[in-house]
This record gives sequence, structure tokens and C-alpha cells, in this order.
Amino acid sequence: MDLALAPETLARWQFGITTVYHFLFVPLTISLAALTAGLQTAWVRTEKEKYLRATKFWGKLFLINIAMGVVTGIVQEFQFGMNWSDYSRFVGDIFGAPLAFEALIAFFFESTFIGLWIFGWDKLPKKIHLACIWMVSIGTILSAYFILAANSWMQHPVGYKYNKANGRAELTDFWHVLTQNTALTQAFHTLSASFLTGGAFMVGIAAFHLARKKHIPTMRSSLRLGLITVVIAGLLTAISGDQLGKVMFKQQPMKMAAAEALWDGQNSAPFSIFAYGDVSKGHNTVELSIPGILSFLADDNFHSYVPGINDTNKAEQEKYGPGDYRPIIPVTFWAFRWMIGFGMASFAIGLLGLWLTRKKFMLPQAMRTGDDEVPNLVLFKNKALSPKFTKLYWIVALWTVGFPLIANSWGWIFTEMGRQPWVVYGVLQTRDAVSPSVSQGEVITSMTVFTLLYAVLAVIEVKLLVKYIKAGPPELTDDDLHPPTKIGGDRDADKPMAFSY
Amino acid sequence: MELHDVWFVLIAVLWIGYFFLEGFDFGVGILTKLLARDRTERRVLINTIGPVWDGNEVWLLTAGGATFAAFPEWYATLFSGFYLPLLIILVCLIVRGVAFEYRAKRPEEKWQTNWEHAIFWTSLIPALLWGVAFGNIVRGVKIDKNFEYVGNFWDLLNPYAILGGLVTLTLFTFHGAVFTALKTVGDIRMRARKMALTLGLVAAVLALGFLIWTQVDHGDGWSLIAMIVAVVALVGAIGTIKIGREGWSFALSGITITAAVAMLFLSLFPNVMPSSLDPAWSLTVSNASSSPYTLKIMTWCAGIATPLVLLYQSWTYWVFRKRIGTHHIADAAH
Repeated sequence: MDLALAPETLARWQFGITTVYHFLFVPLTISLAALTAGLQTAWVRTEKEKYLRATKFWGKLFLINIAMGVVTGIVQEFQFGMNWSDYSRFVGDIFGAPLAFEALIAFFFESTFIGLWIFGWDKLPKKIHLACIWMVSIGTILSAYFILAANSWMQHPVGYKYNKANGRAELTDFWHVLTQNTALTQAFHTLSASFLTGGAFMVGIAAFHLARKKHIPTMRSSLRLGLITVVIAGLLTAISGDQLGKVMFKQQPMKMAAAEALWDGQNSAPFSIFAYGDVSKGHNTVELSIPGILSFLADDNFHSYVPGINDTNKAEQEKYGPGDYRPIIPVTFWAFRWMIGFGMASFAIGLLGLWLTRKKFMLPQAMRTGDDEVPNLVLFKNKALSPKFTKLYWIVALWTVGFPLIANSWGWIFTEMGRQPWVVYGVLQTRDAVSPSVSQGEVITSMTVFTLLYAVLAVIEVKLLVKYIKAGPPELTDDDLHPPTKIGGDRDADKPMAFSY
Repeated sequence: MELHDVWFVLIAVLWIGYFFLEGFDFGVGILTKLLARDRTERRVLINTIGPVWDGNEVWLLTAGGATFAAFPEWYATLFSGFYLPLLIILVCLIVRGVAFEYRAKRPEEKWQTNWEHAIFWTSLIPALLWGVAFGNIVRGVKIDKNFEYVGNFWDLLNPYAILGGLVTLTLFTFHGAVFTALKTVGDIRMRARKMALTLGLVAAVLALGFLIWTQVDHGDGWSLIAMIVAVVALVGAIGTIKIGREGWSFALSGITITAAVAMLFLSLFPNVMPSSLDPAWSLTVSNASSSPYTLKIMTWCAGIATPLVLLYQSWTYWVFRKRIGTHHIADAAH
């Protein structure tokens, strides 16, 4: 069969498309849930209207986004059985458990409390209503954790044994699956990257409004919250990324070598920042690299030996039998760079923003602005940024919204494609994982349907987001400011309700 | 009773939970065209399920995840075998979720009516297809000795399964009409009652045929008891809605669904997916299940989580227990 249309290739494309699409929403959902919860907490504690307005504004964007995250997530769960039934048969004993845990513990939590939060503004006392959004936030994080534990098992299978009698892998230590270092570092890295994503989203949109001098008090607070989130999350993402790299170096040496297109092993291996030429055929015509950095990333030592693609391929052939154990090198090489590059860029822009908008104790009184004024962007003490550069910063901040999304996608593409030809590293190859009973036509049909549907939904979603972003935070009503004091609401039963649907 | 039997029961419970809960929200979705006369009324209907449909749907995700974990072979055969119907269901669930969330996000009438069409069709099609799918599972499908489905899409459209689909469709719509009567006030409530009566009678005729067919071909003593409970409860649900006891009627229509689904699972046991080619190739609770260790861990998880889920989901229903009507919709908003 033509390789381009082989069921395995199609199933992989479908998994890639649906997963990358799903993962555009997941990080925003995780972070916006927590950030919205934080803003609502600020409102409940201070009763400042700007926080309530911010809660409603970011909450609305969060809801538009989570709707897509939830519906595209259903596809993910069913897809294992539909396109990868031999995978499901082989690893269901292990892989199914975290999925079931996710549903039982996290999904129910998230979806039940989100209903309460959306419809509960008029029905619940303010602290209970606040607790609901925190529950949603906890649900999203737990959900991420279980999924990442499941994925980590595919990257680094532990706590199982192969059962020869029925030809499948069986769980022996679930706790180990949940707490192995791959799972912990991956969760750490993915969650911090999620907050980087949400922080950058908040910064960009706040910048958009501040540049137009609109909704200033709300957007000022949002800008600072977003910037602080970006900087903290950016640091944590870098730290966890470094840890993940070291874990990966030990567990999946091929992926590390492929990330760098390091064909032959060497001491003091360099990290190439940029390469031009054919990375799939060996090293490059133009290259900018820093010696020792790859060794450091892999092993905390600038002089360590890092095995190359060829050495690793040979070692794996000896271990697993004849075959080609190399992933697609140019994809892994560039995916790794784009992940780091876009992630770092968002962090840098956030750091710059935090410096430019600093205020307390560092700026003379004259440079400070009131709560209802656009903050001065101040480069040095007593030296404000010129209007031209101020405007430039707002524009850059707005564009940065997309950066972490790009970084996240490439991060996953790197993680998943760098592991090929394995679906479970060292245990099961991808070509042995597809559904034998599903025809080429069926996969083509479903891939076309999902791709078209996702494309249409993307347009609708983006248009809605833009509409609500442009509209800005809503005006508050008397009801908003005075929530009910008992459960079920103590309002006049017949007055119109502020429904969401 | 071994652990894989326990998990067979738990999976049945998850499907019962799913059909009981999402059953009525599918029904309400269908009624947006059958019952509601204008946009305001459609909005009232949608709002009756607004706070809860998302939580209801999680029962399906949990049933899927639990099947994957507890019966990987069943999960693999079912989901790869019923590829196209599942694709259709997935598309419906995607569009449906988005439709609920996005419908009121723009004021234009066209935007909202488009999403309302979507809500109708994406409630109707899965309500029908789930019955078809379960009809096929109980009837048995072409499974070879490697547990692979070797039939095609058209094999799934046999009279028994299609009748099963019509039963779930009408039963869920009836269940939704009773729920609407229970949750609304005024004119819409009266019409919901009346419509429930008609729908109930249609559902009763279809269900009786389907259940007897099931009993004759696959049943035993236990399934007969479940069938009798289902039929009696359905008659009771119709009777109580006629005299305006909506709460009772809803409880009884719920029991009908519970007993009918229980009957299907009872006729299935100890198979989980019988093979129509050779009984020796059937998937059973023992040859499709996970290892005892996995089942043990899952049992602990389910044992602790399920009561909690029931507790906080019930609380949601209690928080939103008040009836709503057209006068609750502000003039400006639709």
C-alpha cells in the first residue's frame, strides 16, 4: 500500500491533528481557571469592583475556551479504541487505569462545578460560588496530571510486566506509574508551560485595551497579574524543561540526540542555536552553536559524553533486533528549537514588561500613575519610554499571545515524534499499535471529518473570542454586587435571571 | 463474585447513569423543536438542562475510560468495530457541547437559530445511535477468533438494532418531556405534560416489542424480572404524568431506563460482546478483562469516587431545583 496512505500513517496524522488542536485549549483552560479563581478571590476579599469585572471578563473567555477543550477531549479518549485498538489491547491494563481515574476523579469534578459556577452567580452565596471555580481549577490540574502520567508511561514504561500467556503488558505497581520521575517532571513542565500560556494571554489582551486607554483599572490589574504569571511560570518552565531534558537523556537517548541532530556521539557536545542545510543528512552548512551546552542539558556537566543518533541506533538494534530506530530528524531538531525559542521569547517579553511597569519603591512619585490611568512604561529611574516604544511594547505583548501556543504544540510534537518508531518506548512499536479491523477509507473519512469540523470550529471560536475581547469587561449590575446569601438564591422568584445559555 | 464481575456491574451502572441523565438532556434537546414555539421557549428548555448536561456527559467518558481500563479487549473491539457510528456520535457530541456554550454568546437571531438546529439534530442522532449500538452488542456481531470485528457498517443496521434505536430515541424524548414538565411553569409545562403522554405511549409500544424480542432471544430469569420492572415503571410513568404527578413520573421514567439497560446487560452476561460467527470467539467478562491487580486498584478508586460524585451531582440538582418559565427570560436576552 502506498505509504502516504497506509493506515498507520493516517492514524498518526489523525492523532497528531486532533491532539495538537485539543492542546491549543488545554493549557489556556488550566491557567485561566486558576487565574479567574484568583481574581474572584481578590473580589471576595477586597470587594473592589475592578476584580469582579476582571473575573467576569476572564471567566467568559475561559468558558469560550473550555467548551472547545472539553468537546475535543472526548475524541482523544475514544480514539485509542477506534484507531489504535491493538495498542489498547496491549496496554489497556496499565494505560486505561489513569484514564479511568481521570474521568472518575477529575472530569466529574470539573464539569459539575463548572455548571454550578456558570449558573450559580444568582443561586449561591459568594464564598460557595468562589469555591466552585476553585474546584474547577483543581479538576483541570488533576486531569492534566493523570493524562501526563499515562503519557509518561508510554515514554518510560515502569511498574509492569509482560504476560506471555496473553501477550500483553500488565500493571504491577500503579503507584510507580503515577509517581515516576518522568510523570512528575512532565507534569511540572506542562503545568508551568500552561501558566506561561495563560499569563501571556492575559498580558496581550490587557495590553490591547491599555493601548486604547479602555477599561483601565481592570486591565491594569490584569496586566500585572499576567506579567507576574508569565515570569514565574517562565522560570519554572525553564527549570522543569531542564530537568525533563536530563530525564529524557537517561531514558530516551535517541530523542536527545535527535533534538540536536547529533549524528555521532561526542564529549562536550554543543547545542546548536541555528542550523542551515540538510539536518537529515548529517551536520550542516551554516551553524551557530555553543560548545558544551548539550552535555550540560543532558547531564549537568559541560564535558559529558553524549551519544549520537548513529551510536544509539546501533545500540537499539543490538537490544531490540534489526530495524531503524531513528525518528524523523529534521522534525525533532526544529520542533525542539521552536519550543524553546517561542517559550523563551514569551518569558523575555514578560520579564521586560514586569520591569517596565514596576512601581513600588523603585520609581519616584512623579512617575507613578493612579489606578485609573494607563501605567507609565518606565525604562530607567526617571526615564519613561517614549510613546513610540510604549506603543511598540503593547503591540509586541499582543502578538506574544500566540507564542506559548506555538511552543506548546511543538513541545508535544517533539515529545511524541522523538519517540518514534515506538509508541511505548522499547516495548511496542507504532506500526503494531493500529487497528487491524479499521479500513483505510474509514480513517480517511474520520480524518477529513475531524479536520473540517475543527477548522470550522476554530473560526467560530476565534471570532467569538475576538468579539468578547473587544467588548471588554461587562458593566456590573446591582445583582452582581450583591450575591444571594443562601443556597438556591433568595431573590424574587419571578424576576428575570442572568442566565448564561 | 470475581472482580471482573464487579466491573461488569460497574460498567452497567455507568451506562445506566449515562442514559438516565443524558437521556433526559437529549430529550430536552429534541423537544426544542417538538415542544418549544419560539426562541424564548427554546431558551427556557435549554436552561432547564444548562447547569447539568456537562456533568451528565461525563458518565459516558467514565464508562469509556472504565471499559478501557477494566475490559481492554472489549474497548478495543467495540470502538474499532463500530468505527463509523462512533464517529457520528462523536461529531454530534462535539457540536452539541459547543452549541450549548456558544448559542447565547451572540445576540443575532440567525446565530441562535443555527445553534438550535444543531442542538436538535445532535441530541436526536446519538439518542438513536446508542440504542442501535446496544442492540448490536446484545444481538452479537461478526467477531473473529482474534476478537476483531469483521463485519461492516451495514451489518449494524439490522431490524433488531434499529428497533433498539427507536426505543432509546422515544424513551429519552419521553424522559425529557417529563423532565421539562417537572422543571418549568406555565403554558410550557402543560404542553410538556400533554406531549409526554403521547411520547410515552409510542415509547411503550416500541419498548415492549424490543424488550420481548430481547427476552425471547437472549433472556433468562433475571432479565425477565428487569423487563417486568421496566414495563411496569413505564406504565406508571405514563399514568403519573397524566394525573400531573411530575416528580413521580420522572422517577418512574428513570426507573424504566435503569431497568431496561439492566435487562440488556443481564442478557449479555457473562459475555460482554458475543460473536455471531462462533460462540467460542465471544468476548466475555473473563477473557476481555484486565488483570486482577488493575481491577483491584480501580475498585478502590470507584468505591471512593462514585459516592462522592453522586453526592455533589445531586447537590447541583438541588441548587437548581426551582422551576423556570418564560417570564424568567429578560426581554432583551434570548
